[in-house]
Amino acid sequence: MRILNLLKIAYRSLSKNKLRVLLTMLGIIIGVASVIAMLAIGQGSKQNIQASMASLGINSVMIFPGSVNSGGVRMGAGSYSTLTQKDAEVIVAKCEYVTDVSPVVTKSSQVIAGDQNWHTNVVGALNPYFSIRDLTIAIGNTFSTTDEHTAAKVCVIGQTVSTNLFGADANPVGKLIRINSIPFKVVGLLVVKGQNTFGQDQDDIVVAPFSTVMKRMLSTMYLNAILASATSEKDIAKAEDQISVLLRIQHKLNPVDQDDFTIRSQADIANTFESISNVMTILLACIAGISLLVGGIGIMNIMLVSVTERTREIGIRMAVGAKSRDVLFQFIIESIFISILGGIIGIILGIVISLFVGRFGGWPIVITPSSILLSFAFSSAVGIFFGWYPARKAANLNPIDALRYE
Amino acid sequence: MIVVKNMAKTYKLGDMEVHALRDVSLTIEKGSFVAIMGPSGSGKSTFMNIIGCLDYHPAKGEYYLDGVDVFKLNKDQLAELRNKKIGFIFQSFNILARTSAIENVELPMLYNSGVDSKTRHERALAALKSVGLAERADHMPNQLSGGQQQRVAIARSLVNNPLVIMADEPTGNLDTRSSYEIMEIFQDLNDKGITIVMVTHETDIAQFARTNILFRDGNIVSNVEVKERKFAKEEILKLPVLDEKEILT
Repeated sequence: MRILNLLKIAYRSLSKNKLRVLLTMLGIIIGVASVIAMLAIGQGSKQNIQASMASLGINSVMIFPGSVNSGGVRMGAGSYSTLTQKDAEVIVAKCEYVTDVSPVVTKSSQVIAGDQNWHTNVVGALNPYFSIRDLTIAIGNTFSTTDEHTAAKVCVIGQTVSTNLFGADANPVGKLIRINSIPFKVVGLLVVKGQNTFGQDQDDIVVAPFSTVMKRMLSTMYLNAILASATSEKDIAKAEDQISVLLRIQHKLNPVDQDDFTIRSQADIANTFESISNVMTILLACIAGISLLVGGIGIMNIMLVSVTERTREIGIRMAVGAKSRDVLFQFIIESIFISILGGIIGIILGIVISLFVGRFGGWPIVITPSSILLSFAFSSAVGIFFGWYPARKAANLNPIDALRYE
Repeated sequence: MIVVKNMAKTYKLGDMEVHALRDVSLTIEKGSFVAIMGPSGSGKSTFMNIIGCLDYHPAKGEYYLDGVDVFKLNKDQLAELRNKKIGFIFQSFNILARTSAIENVELPMLYNSGVDSKTRHERALAALKSVGLAERADHMPNQLSGGQQQRVAIARSLVNNPLVIMADEPTGNLDTRSSYEIMEIFQDLNDKGITIVMVTHETDIAQFARTNILFRDGNIVSNVEVKERKFAKEEILKLPVLDEKEILT
């Protein structure tokens, strides 16, 4: 009964000052909306990065040849050929944290089919390459062990290559393409993967058996890389350590020598990106939080002004029997009402803005319940916190002083 | 009903001490209609505010309202006392702006948890009717004349069935006719047994009361019964009626 009356009093008082209520709410609305929108954008970009990282094969470990150090002048990674097929075989044989291993050689080549030609990267690798890179076949097959043994002139091509050579919807399987004037038979078409995190087209690729590329195209001893896949995501670090030890022994390095190879894992890159996007999310949340705080101070300002402006009203209410706590509650209820209603409007606005950004900005959006809960709780807390002081000020007035206030 | 013994009150204005009330003792019986008069600064308003329980700053002496030792009550108890036993009327009406007449009259009952919303509405309407404003219940204060606003204030002071109505210069902002109309309501209420204490500086208004008390320099200097008491019903009839034809010609 009593609380009901207080709610009624607060409601009557608010409904008579709609513009003032709206202006006060604006700060909270903007604050809450920006928290929700910014968290949604931050979360969205984080998930986007995670998804594109997973498309590279989240468990994969890449071993590159090391840099050359000749007379103190160091060249970049991969500038020196140190990795051999033997290294790959040793890793397969001795490393228990690794499931699949494939040596990789690449050659950038002109590919010709009929009257079309296309420049692309030709990769020579073993069958596990597909599983490590998380590549799947859309039409046809990968190559067989026999193909590898006989250095067969077969290849699997990506959609970009297929489109450029045969047209958008053509089935390339069974057709012939010429790579560096050597005819290859297309045995498989890869499923479209799109761009990776760095904007590279993952479909612009031709994969041929390792031995074929090694013997028929490159005639070299050395590898461009070894790709491996760790048994699980948490074993990546162990796999890296083991590979490092094995390769040092294999390369007969002294303990004082630096590694002549570099090991990188997708997880390392993913972690870096994730921490960048975390920082970004925190930054955005901070900005949004500050706008919420400013909104809260706005409420306090208006409530303080309102207490001063309504001193007479408070006096009248006290004269007809309002207790200090009635006045206190009235003002607190008013400010809570303002901040909660502002919070709700802000949540709706935030979701709308997020969806808008997602739809027209091409930015991935993830609205989490926790961000809604967080901003709602925060706006309510702001209401109570910033409503308390003005409310106390009003409640402690001496009735006659309040009545006489001009 | 109202018993005041040796009441004294001092304000501090910087270094100066102002003795608003020096030594006031007074008894007002139930059913009285008292007009308190006096020049500005005589202490009459200070006295009203203290007996009306509107001033939380302590005063010296003793004060009993309806047998209750008021100076021993805390703020909440004082608020309840104002709510249930005292009705206030002010010179500047003090009704809530942008709030309809009926909502203004309902206000005291919103702070009285014993009244449900249906009774609240009925009693507010009845109170408005008793001051002749039933058909203006939904009007906003700015749609009402000064006299009508003051009558809304009177209705508000009546809704909780108070023991005493305290009016601080109720006619100060009103023209003669409206003032007399207010006095008519006061005299009717007084005839029904409600005690009325009214501060005024207009001698003709004081003539409507039963007793006149004169304050000077924080003391009561006289407390006399009104001889030749005026009655508002008769006085209103004596007022000159504005004749439109006369003004036009």
